Amino acid sequence: MNEILRVEDLTKTFKLSRKQQKIERTDRNVIVAVNQLSFTANKGEIFGLLGPNGAGKTTTLRMLSTLIHPDSGDAILDGCSVVRQPEEVRGKIGFLTSELKLEDFFTPNYLFDFFSHLHQVDEAIISERKQQMFSRFGIDKFAEVKVANLSTGMKQKLSLVISLVHNPDIIIFDEPTNGLDVLTARVVTDYLQELRSEGKTIILSTHIFSLVERLCDRVGVIIDGRMISCGTLDEVCNGLSLEDRFFEIYKEVKGGEE
Amino acid sequence: MKKGNNTWTIIKKEFARFFGDKQLLFTTVIMPGLLIYIIYTLMGSGMSKMATEGADDLVIVRVENLPESVAPLWENLPATALLQQPISEEEIENLEDKDLNEVLARFPKGFDTLVAHYSAESGELAPNVEIYYNSANNASSRVYQLLEGSLSAYEDQLSNRFDINRADSEEAYFDRANQDDVLGSILSKLIPMLILMLLFSGVMAIAPSSIAGEKERGTIATLLVTPMRRNELALGKIVSLSGIALLSGISSFIGIVLSLPKMIQADTAGIEMGLNYTSADYAVLLLTILATVLIMASMVSLLSALAKDVKNAGTMIVPFMLVVMFCGLTPMFQSGTPVGLASYLIPFYNSIQVMTSVFAHEMKWLPAIVMLASNVVYTGVAVWGLTRMFNSEKIMFSK
Repeated sequence: MNEILRVEDLTKTFKLSRKQQKIERTDRNVIVAVNQLSFTANKGEIFGLLGPNGAGKTTTLRMLSTLIHPDSGDAILDGCSVVRQPEEVRGKIGFLTSELKLEDFFTPNYLFDFFSHLHQVDEAIISERKQQMFSRFGIDKFAEVKVANLSTGMKQKLSLVISLVHNPDIIIFDEPTNGLDVLTARVVTDYLQELRSEGKTIILSTHIFSLVERLCDRVGVIIDGRMISCGTLDEVCNGLSLEDRFFEIYKEVKGGEE
Repeated sequence: MKKGNNTWTIIKKEFARFFGDKQLLFTTVIMPGLLIYIIYTLMGSGMSKMATEGADDLVIVRVENLPESVAPLWENLPATALLQQPISEEEIENLEDKDLNEVLARFPKGFDTLVAHYSAESGELAPNVEIYYNSANNASSRVYQLLEGSLSAYEDQLSNRFDINRADSEEAYFDRANQDDVLGSILSKLIPMLILMLLFSGVMAIAPSSIAGEKERGTIATLLVTPMRRNELALGKIVSLSGIALLSGISSFIGIVLSLPKMIQADTAGIEMGLNYTSADYAVLLLTILATVLIMASMVSLLSALAKDVKNAGTMIVPFMLVVMFCGLTPMFQSGTPVGLASYLIPFYNSIQVMTSVFAHEMKWLPAIVMLASNVVYTGVAVWGLTRMFNSEKIMFSK
């Protein structure tokens, strides 16, 4: 297998304000969100980061997308470092999270062109790819409708399309089906499998076991910012169902702390 | 893949956002100029109407004991009819009716003799002339001014010892200022401040929404995950904001230029509204406006990027606006422009001083060049600062 992503000792801490300290019920003014996290992903596979809320999944993906900087460690995506070559990394990845919004004022047509230009996509390719992607997700009928007037599902499909305007080899999805209706969720998961068959690498975060079981080739279990277990589903599950194995791991980690 | 400049892509997107929003376009570009034109024109017309109202209305001047010495002065006043008669208290009371075009004057009996024998050294009160009028009636008020003026002139004549600026011929005039300088002096105190205010209002209308608004809506993060360099984003934002603010400023400026003659009633004030400025003056003025709007958009963009949301941006920009407005007021309190070049390194103050010198026909190249160069450098620093802010996760993603 060709390794396309290598994460090495990635660490990220956040300072807590007094207000956050109260909410978190802690005296510490620093929280370690990601703690020396390491894993690899291969070309043409779907790698899932599984963990409970607050485990550090989103922070990890935000560091991979260069939205935030690691305190230490590094991640190499297709030969480019998130620390030293963030612009090159951003050119190689498609990143989608519910945190990223599209301007309500513009139409899908305009936004596709705009983001294609920012990704330096050739003019000739833009039009062809737009037609193909819009048709694939049923956006073509709404191409000239302002985002503000689109349904929630259509907005989410458009966000997915916009994140992929440049046909990246590495796709990073934070909770890809979160907040989606069942139909849109199915469209998205089907499309992820389609992308894998095209040789794309997909890194996704989720807390939904069934999604990992259905989609992922390899999985990493993150708890409290640390990678507890990583490998193929068979390797991680050790003969159990993913859900049972996860709670076993969780109990071991949390029980050890107690 | 192709190579291209993302700054231009950002500028096009900001312009598309602005020009595509008809309401924003109207309120930011069309409305300021239109409102200024309408308001100033109406104010000018109102003042003109007040000044000329009653100018041709006939006013009856009733005079008791009109002295022989005064009669020739009052008999030929314009739009008046002089009636010699005793004045009753009832007539004085009736004058409270503001629709009555009348003035009542009462001289003491034997006025000329009393005046001839009066000596200030005696300590006695001087002979008193009572002139009753109604200041709410323009015609009555106008004629009162004429009567009072002619009596004052007569009084001066009685004790005439010397003259000041006596016009011995029609060509004689003692104020040696030419019309250009008079107009320049007025404009240099008013227009720079107006330009600064108008440019600022243009920036204020869009800057908070452009960066703080994008943070608030979550659209800035979508931009930040593209391979675009942060300095391209910073420059694109500042240049597009400057362009839009400039449009707003131009609109307001056109409104001022079109309405100014009506506002200051140039024809009645005797000022010729020919703007006799050289092409160099216009070029420096244009460059100054451009440099000003650039530094203004830069500073407001920095504050907008620091703010958590649009509301917070508005609050943060207000103190800065007050400082800029204060700079705009400085020509009112100073005579001439500063000589030292160091003054032209202070942002906004330098723009105001250069604009003041242009309007006062006193433009000098070196201060103008120092102002332009320093503002371009400050804009460069602001682009660098904004780039750093776009790179700062604490600033971009803090809630």
